[in-house]
Amino acid sequence: MTNIAKSENTDMNMSSGPFVDVANTPKQQRAPKARVTAQNVNVFYGQKQALFDVCVDVPDRSVIAFIGPSGCGKSTFLRCLNRMNDTIEGCRVEGDIKLDGQDVYDPKIDVVELRARVGMVFQKPNPFPKSIFENVAYGPKIHGLATNKTELEEIVVTSLRKASLFEEVKDRLHEPGTGLSGGQQQRLCIARAIAVSPEVILMDEPCSALDPIATAKIEELIDELRANYTIAIVTHSMQQAARVSQRTAFFHLGLLVEEGPTETIFTAPNDKRTQDYVTGRFG
Amino acid sequence: MTDLSQNASPTDGSQARLKRIRAGLGKRHAREKRFRLYGIVAIAAALTFVAILFAMILSKGLPAFQQATLTVPVTFSQELIDLEPRPVRESGQSAADFRAADLRWQRDVTLVNWNRVVEDAVRSLAPGSEISSRDLQSLIDSAERFKLRDAFVANPNLLGQTVDMQLLASANADNWLKGNINRDLPDSQQQLSAPARALADELYADGNIRMAFAWHIFTNTDSRSAPASAGLAGAFMGSLYMMMVVIVLAVPIGVASAIYLEEFAPKNRLTDIIEVNINNLAAVPSIVFGLLGAAVFINYFRLPLSAPIVGGLVLTLMTLPTIIIATRSSLRAVPPSLRQAALGLGASKTQTVFHHVLPVTYPGILTATIIGVAQALGETAPLLLIGMNAFVASVPGSPFDQSTALPVQIYLWQGNENRNFFEARTSAAIIVLLALMISLNAIAIFLRSRLERRR
Ligand SMILES: Nc1ncnc2c1ncn2[C@@H]1O[C@H](COP(=O)(O)OP(=O)(O)O)[C@@H](O)[C@H]1O
Ligand SMILES: [Mg+2]
Repeated sequence: MTNIAKSENTDMNMSSGPFVDVANTPKQQRAPKARVTAQNVNVFYGQKQALFDVCVDVPDRSVIAFIGPSGCGKSTFLRCLNRMNDTIEGCRVEGDIKLDGQDVYDPKIDVVELRARVGMVFQKPNPFPKSIFENVAYGPKIHGLATNKTELEEIVVTSLRKASLFEEVKDRLHEPGTGLSGGQQQRLCIARAIAVSPEVILMDEPCSALDPIATAKIEELIDELRANYTIAIVTHSMQQAARVSQRTAFFHLGLLVEEGPTETIFTAPNDKRTQDYVTGRFG
Repeated sequence: MTDLSQNASPTDGSQARLKRIRAGLGKRHAREKRFRLYGIVAIAAALTFVAILFAMILSKGLPAFQQATLTVPVTFSQELIDLEPRPVRESGQSAADFRAADLRWQRDVTLVNWNRVVEDAVRSLAPGSEISSRDLQSLIDSAERFKLRDAFVANPNLLGQTVDMQLLASANADNWLKGNINRDLPDSQQQLSAPARALADELYADGNIRMAFAWHIFTNTDSRSAPASAGLAGAFMGSLYMMMVVIVLAVPIGVASAIYLEEFAPKNRLTDIIEVNINNLAAVPSIVFGLLGAAVFINYFRLPLSAPIVGGLVLTLMTLPTIIIATRSSLRAVPPSLRQAALGLGASKTQTVFHHVLPVTYPGILTATIIGVAQALGETAPLLLIGMNAFVASVPGSPFDQSTALPVQIYLWQGNENRNFFEARTSAAIIVLLALMISLNAIAIFLRSRLERRR
């Protein structure tokens, strides 16, 4: 386990880190700038508390992975970041979540705007039952990002390219998106999310419904996207966390047990529970 | 289980297990076969009843579409039609004056003894007959004289000419010729006198009376004095107006309420109560809606009696729960992942519903609408309470005119005292109603499959 993590992350240099935006960050700043900060987040489903005092920073232009056994609250936390929890009956979020220093739960914040800035990719590929083109064009359309048809087409093509899907679908942009394979559908969903140019992309187990080859493609894609986007990914596969992320947060029973550079979490965790989990002793 | 695991060798164990499974297999297969058999029997029974129903209705109703029709040379004789020529507008005559003159002329035309014209025409086919005028006129539908009048008004040049025309035989003659009445009954129990019956038989044998397709069933309104020419046009239009009212009101209101309740309303006591009440409303007997309609729309809002608008409003109330319940259940069946996808992209709640959720539910809503409208179309009881069982001899020109409706017309004809004739007429009306229903359903299936293919 640890070997895999190591061998797959040899190119990672934790101290300076590829997640430091070279262009915008002064050389002396070592710690990655946080894009999203979460302080003392408590989430309740009715009476039941699902998250306890979670504090995590999502660093800019890098990938943070949330791992942990089923039901530990990874998805719940992810949904706090773009307020998808608002749509769940009886769900209550407490605490302080900031996007670029702005309180996400501020009543003055428009969730529509927030979700345009924080995109989401779901566990099961869920393209709209419309054409591939329509799928990608929908976000830019509702947000008014394209002023004319050519611009819209450009956005669609660029997004599909960025999601490494364009070559496979360029001849059938007007066929239904639901007719694609599972992996292609998931990449379509990523393209759809990218099309509105979000700053942060949340991914909730994006590969759990896919075969290994499709998974590899998505992972490759995530690695590419990291150059321009801030990504938070939930995964149940520790290998995947090790492969794609620069930082990892381990959740257990609604608690954030430990958060740190991925290599540290997998090789030298501080907490016994993290150790047990990453070595496969439970979960 | 325990004795199996304790078995000495694993092969012995698996043998015993297989044996147990096999022992149960026979029973399991038998149960499956039995269940299938029940299913087949149930479906066969249902199909048999449907077949019997259709066979009965068709065998009774189809003959009504063929009606005894007499082809006669009609002479528009100068003698009987003693009129000025139809006025033409002279130069210098005002439009009002001309119209008054023309109307006067038309009134004079109506005052002509058209019965005599009919009588003379029929008599010309039976020159030697001693038959009385009354008996002779009893063979021809009493509304046919207006046909002659209308032909003349349309073309005054007919004066003095003889033209072949088709006149509808009376209901009694039709009965007699079709054998709907026992020919062995004594005179006192027959609808036609002996000479009239003899003449009818003679004309039929000569080929002057033939069975012709009764188009007037579709073009005429109900008639009491001339039952042979009674038709469904009024009732059909009444039903059509009511359906329009139902579609225009019930579909948007029902779908909108369903969307609001399902997607936007907070889930609390109040919405629970509303939901329970809508479900109860769907189970309220339809006649109660009729009472409500009479009390509210007629007594309070003073809408006209017997009008399709009131019928449509009552049927709308009746159809609403059906549409709301069906729309809600199809909204509920939309996978949450679709909503999440849209919301996650930053679509607002309304955009999510109208751009993504609703289009997926169109086939369901459509089916619900058609079922609701078809139900409304066949509803009779509430219409009786708002006066739509009145006798109306004109085709309604708008939803505010007096009218009846197809199912009510069936009910009225079913109760008509001329049983021999109207039994077939009733079945014919049922056939028309069923045909309408079947075409509605066919449209629904067609639209549904198109909508589903597009997805
Ligand atoms: N919609 C919901 N309603 C009630 N409880 C929920 C809901 N979603 C999640 N939970 C509960 O919250 C806890 C965390 O769930 P989740 O965030 O989905 O876990 P994970 O994604 O880590 O598997 C679980 O105990 C789960 O039962
Ligand atoms: Mg989850």
